[in-house]
Amino acid sequence: MVWVNAIVQGILLGGLYALFACGLSLMFGVMRVVNLAHGDFAVLAAYLALAVITGLHVPVLWSALVVAPLFGMVGYLVQRFIIQRSLDISPLTTLLVTFGLSIVIQNALLEGLSANSQSLPSGSLASASFQVSSQLSIGYESVIVFAVAVVVLVGLQVFLSRARLGRQVRAAADDQEAASIVGVNVRHVYGVAAAIAFATVALAGVAFGMYSSFDPAAGPQRLIFAFEAVVIGGVGSLWGTLAGGIILGVAQVLGSQVDASFGVLAGHLVFLVVLAVRPSGLIAARLS
Amino acid sequence: MAGLTVRYGLLEALTNVSLTLAAGETVAMIGANGAGKSTLLRSIAGLHAPVAGTVRLDGLDITGLPTHRRVAGGIVLVPEGRRLFPSLSLEENLLIGATPSRPGRWNVAGVFELFPWMAERRNRPVVYLSGGEQQAVAIGRALMANPRILLVDELSLGLAPAVVRRLYDMLPALLATGMGILLVEQDVTQALRVSDRAHCLLEGRITLSGRPRDLAPADVEAAYFGLAKGPAAGRGQG
Repeated sequence: MVWVNAIVQGILLGGLYALFACGLSLMFGVMRVVNLAHGDFAVLAAYLALAVITGLHVPVLWSALVVAPLFGMVGYLVQRFIIQRSLDISPLTTLLVTFGLSIVIQNALLEGLSANSQSLPSGSLASASFQVSSQLSIGYESVIVFAVAVVVLVGLQVFLSRARLGRQVRAAADDQEAASIVGVNVRHVYGVAAAIAFATVALAGVAFGMYSSFDPAAGPQRLIFAFEAVVIGGVGSLWGTLAGGIILGVAQVLGSQVDASFGVLAGHLVFLVVLAVRPSGLIAARLS
Repeated sequence: MAGLTVRYGLLEALTNVSLTLAAGETVAMIGANGAGKSTLLRSIAGLHAPVAGTVRLDGLDITGLPTHRRVAGGIVLVPEGRRLFPSLSLEENLLIGATPSRPGRWNVAGVFELFPWMAERRNRPVVYLSGGEQQAVAIGRALMANPRILLVDELSLGLAPAVVRRLYDMLPALLATGMGILLVEQDVTQALRVSDRAHCLLEGRITLSGRPRDLAPADVEAAYFGLAKGPAAGRGQG
């Protein structure tokens, strides 16, 4: 029963990783941009949520409704005015620029808000759970996060496959020049993709803040989990990202079941095995 | 389009090229590999910025306009190598062509009328289609924008002669809707057969212009290869 419990908790944790990773996957799949500041933007979103919670006296879930749209707008502007300019120079420049953004965000947070670690007050939600059996209880918090992750991924999939703008995103991902030839404003479409990616990273940042504490330097460690989820699942595939997140989550929780300090390492080991055996990931890319 | 000059680094791909295209007219641009034909079309579509010269649409200078805005103005390119979107189905490849939302007679049903085989394969990924079928989808995709000017780059490339002939035979139907067509073609016979006027491009310069029936085969050959007398005399030839 201990193992069943571990697997269930792992799957739920995996939902959070998938939510966190899908923005990274989308930006790579559409623009071929590896956003090295992805983790730092999640941390920034958590700080912003904290400000919203203390400033407006709203519960943590409501703060996400403010932070996510705001981050969507930030994403559009960051893409149009910073990333696009580096993309015009060379793909390698985007790595340097997003790495620079990462450092700027970390230091700005450190300067403005100190190195003290913070957490989002989730109130009664943090400890509330429902009992499935005598040994298996599931926290509402993690179920809500998992549900949000699934809704976001399904919504994103439906948007990409059905909506007019989603079709333009896929076309621009396939062939940027051909997309402009058929009248797609590629820069705008890239901005939209970045807006979606940033809105999802904001949701993930708030969820991380509910689960555990964060500080200005927490971004890069989390970025590794997003990379691992994306690579395990297959770059550019949204279902792959969900599968990758769940595999990573289950590996970590099972690992920590063996030894408390073994959790994160177990996740890394599974990632390395997948990278060695199946470098293209479990599910072949749909976007790229 | 007047005095267009385009460079790739130090290489001058087009030198002082001028031409006009009227509604309902087909103009062919013939020339050998590397003569600058594709560069010419891509410059009109807005994919290359010229170092000198202007591109005008109805007298309006559009030289600085990005590609997608030119498409919205009705200048639509059928690119060399078709450039379909592999992750989109046949129908989606057509639908994306309607991105600029220009009013006109062309829509999915209209394209299916022109190419009846498409209807039952509408949900197929385009990668499973033959080269000729893919070229038809590329034409259909361009028509979906209801173009005023259709730029067609190397329609015949990699296709069987019978397929090429069938594709070209459908041009009159398009011209009847009032669009102007600028063709770039290596297949000289085919290009001269369907066009109202023709220009020959050699090393980035127009060496011969005229109506196909007024052009003597010897002159075309000379202009094409740059061998003999006239403006191209004394030039090297690769």
